[in-house]
This record gives sequence, structure tokens and C-alpha cells, in this order.
Amino acid sequence: MALSREQLAMRVAQELKDGYYVNLGIGIPTLVANYVPQGIEVMLQSENGLLGMGQFPSDEEVDADLINAGKQTVTMATGASLFDSAESFAMIRGGHVDLTVLGAFEVDVQGNIASYMIPGKLIKGMGGAMDLVAGADNIIVTMTHASKHGQSKLLSECSLPLTGKGCIKKVLTDLAFIEIKDGKFHLLERAPGVSVEEIVKLTAGELVVPENVPEMQF
Amino acid sequence: MAGFNKVVGSYEEAMAGLEDNMTLISGGFGLCGIPENLIAEIQRKGTKGLTLVSNNCGTTNDGLGVLLHNRQIKKMVASYVGENEIFEAQMMAGELEVELTPQGTLAEKMRAGGAGIPAFFTATGYGTLVAEGKETREINGRHYILEPAITGDFAIVKAWKADTYGNLVFRKTARNFNPMAATAGKITVVEVEEIVQPGELDPDHIHTPGIYVDRLIQGTFKKTIEQRTVRCAD
Repeated sequence: MALSREQLAMRVAQELKDGYYVNLGIGIPTLVANYVPQGIEVMLQSENGLLGMGQFPSDEEVDADLINAGKQTVTMATGASLFDSAESFAMIRGGHVDLTVLGAFEVDVQGNIASYMIPGKLIKGMGGAMDLVAGADNIIVTMTHASKHGQSKLLSECSLPLTGKGCIKKVLTDLAFIEIKDGKFHLLERAPGVSVEEIVKLTAGELVVPENVPEMQF
Repeated sequence: MAGFNKVVGSYEEAMAGLEDNMTLISGGFGLCGIPENLIAEIQRKGTKGLTLVSNNCGTTNDGLGVLLHNRQIKKMVASYVGENEIFEAQMMAGELEVELTPQGTLAEKMRAGGAGIPAFFTATGYGTLVAEGKETREINGRHYILEPAITGDFAIVKAWKADTYGNLVFRKTARNFNPMAATAGKITVVEVEEIVQPGELDPDHIHTPGIYVDRLIQGTFKKTIEQRTVRCAD
């Protein structure tokens, strides 16, 4: 079975470590906040100027001056700090964020990522994604392995305009957890009940499959 | 007006001197921390051919988006322009020039512009469409692109509190691009929720010193929320 959105978030959450500062992109990455493992502390960075993002507010707590990068109303966690956009991206560009999780349309074997534009169709802009992928060392891309029509999103070369070049090392899809190195995809784990053959079939770029591919554990 | 008193009496006075084809920098992230009454005044004035620099261009009927209704914007420099049908229509029809700029690069362009730094190298955007036509350099084994700074003929800013000298305090995430915008305008106009007397703000708590501020006005704000999201009752 392909992973649900929640399971994708749960698997990413297993990569969190105590004391991590983490930037979560819009969509599935946002859900990761719901599955922080017990006994560890992480602090969420929101690139519009908040470190220590809390949960969504109650009705009474809603404050128009306090939003996240997806423009949703949020609250502040204990020990939060506020700052301007230049400071925020100094943190990001300067490599101070320990883990960045974001979505994508395509990734390729060179670690290139395309996530912000479909020429002629979707031209909304990159927001902070280009800064995040250029500034972070530890990035996990979450996305579906293939389109609804069965077209692979793990390619030998991205076809859409790039968000960043050679910056992605880990990809979690609904079918597999994959590492990118030496110009190839490497299969690390498969989703429960998903066969290696299925993954191979839906991976367009070169995929290295070790003898034993463990199932993800939840 | 005497000495360092930056307070002006009307929105008309606040935006006096803004002319067609000028470059205007605005603070704000989405509809959070936007100078909404200054935007309304620009709409009323009908200034055209503006090059507008801001993280976003509001929504279809709110924020900077209202300046599209009468085609006052010639060019938009922004990181994200979704959530706005009129924007999309004018862009697709080729009536509106758009320069998509990564968010951190945009913030730094304003910061550099205000700080007298003409350009800077950043890894952001290397190897992408953003790098097209820009100088690149390899420094310590990494590739960077040269990004020019931005300054504006005017900057419009929303802060929470100010004293009459224009010392500013922002509130929560409504700070966003406002402090950088404040530094990057030849004429910087700020609107706030409350103006107090000099000495009432703790000098240690001032985010933007008054040296950057030319005009100051107190307004009331509707503060539209784009994505009101609440948690279920516990």
C-alpha cells in the first residue's frame, strides 16, 4: 500500500533529532509537526519571521499579526522568537536550520529539484523554496512517486524549471525512501506491502537496489 | 513640522510626491503587516506605471492587489504571486511584467539597498531561471550568483507603534519585510496603530530607528486574515 499523507509525515518525523531547528514546507511537510517523537524537543522555523511556531490557535487566540509561511494563523511555542525576513533567511542561507522538509514536482539523479513552476500553467513563484534548498544541508523532499497518470517524478533529468541544482540527497515518496548519491537513486526502504518491482517500474532515473530492501517501520 | 517630528496630517500628505513610473517598495507578507491605508491612498491617487517591490501582490480584492484593478502596476518584483486572479490574468496577457525573486534574496536586496551595498553573491537560484543573465562566481568550491540591491523612490511600511521621531516597533510576524523596506526608500512612509511621545519607547526595544523614516501617520487597520486556521476544541 502506498503511504497516506499522514504516514509520509510519520516517516519524516522519525528523522527528527532532539534539539533540531526545522523548517517545514507547505502541505505534507506541515503535518510532520503532529508526529514529533516523544521525549525529544524540536523548534519549528517559519520563514516569515518566527522561530518556535506553536499549534493552531483557538478561536479566542486568533491574531492577524501571527501567521506562518502558508499564511495560516498560528501561535508561538514557549521560548519562541520573532524577527524580520532578512534575519530569517540569514538563518536559512547561513546553514543554521538542521532539517528542511519540502514538497516537489520532480527530482533527478543529480539531486536537482523542480518544485515551483509549470510553464504556461502554474506561475505563482518560488517563495522561500530556492533559499531553503540552497541553504540547507539536510533536506528531505516529500512527494508522490508518480503522477496520477503513472508518470515517474524521479527522473534522470528534471523537465521543469529548477528550484535548486544538486542540493537534494533524500526523497520520501508514498512508495519508497530514496537516497541520491553519485548520480543515482539508491533505494533505502519501501512502503509496507509495496514491492521492489513496483518501485523500479515507477522510477525513471537509474535506481540502485540493494539485495535487501527493508519495509518502513511505523 | 519641527526637528525630528515625522508626523504628517493626512494620507494625501503621506504619499505626496509619488509619481507615475516610480519604484515603490512595500513591506508585508501576504496580507500580514501591510500598509493598507497607504495602499488605499495610492489607489485613490491613481498613480500609474509603478514598479512594485514586495514579497506578494495581495489578493484579488485586498492588499496591493487593489492596485491592479486600474492597472497601476507596470512591473512586479515578488517571490510569490498566487491567490490573485487579476494578477494571473494580467501576467498571462503580457500586460504585467513579473520578476520572480526568491524570498530570502528579495529581503537581502532590500537590506543591501538600504545599507549602501550595491550587490551581493548568493547561492540561492544558482543553476535556475533566476540566474539567467547574472554574473556567477565560484568561491571556496561553491557557485554563487551576483544579485543587485534594490532601492525605491518610495517605501511604504506598516509598524505597530512609533514615537513622533519615527522610531518603530513591529508586532509578531507583521514585522516581516517592513524593516528592510523602511531602509530602502528614498522617501519612507510609515503608518502605525499608535504614535507616542519620544522617550516613551524603550530605546532597547526599537526595531527600526527613526533615521530611516521620513513620514509617519497613525491609522486604523482592518487586518484581513488570509487563512484563518483554528484547532479543534480541546
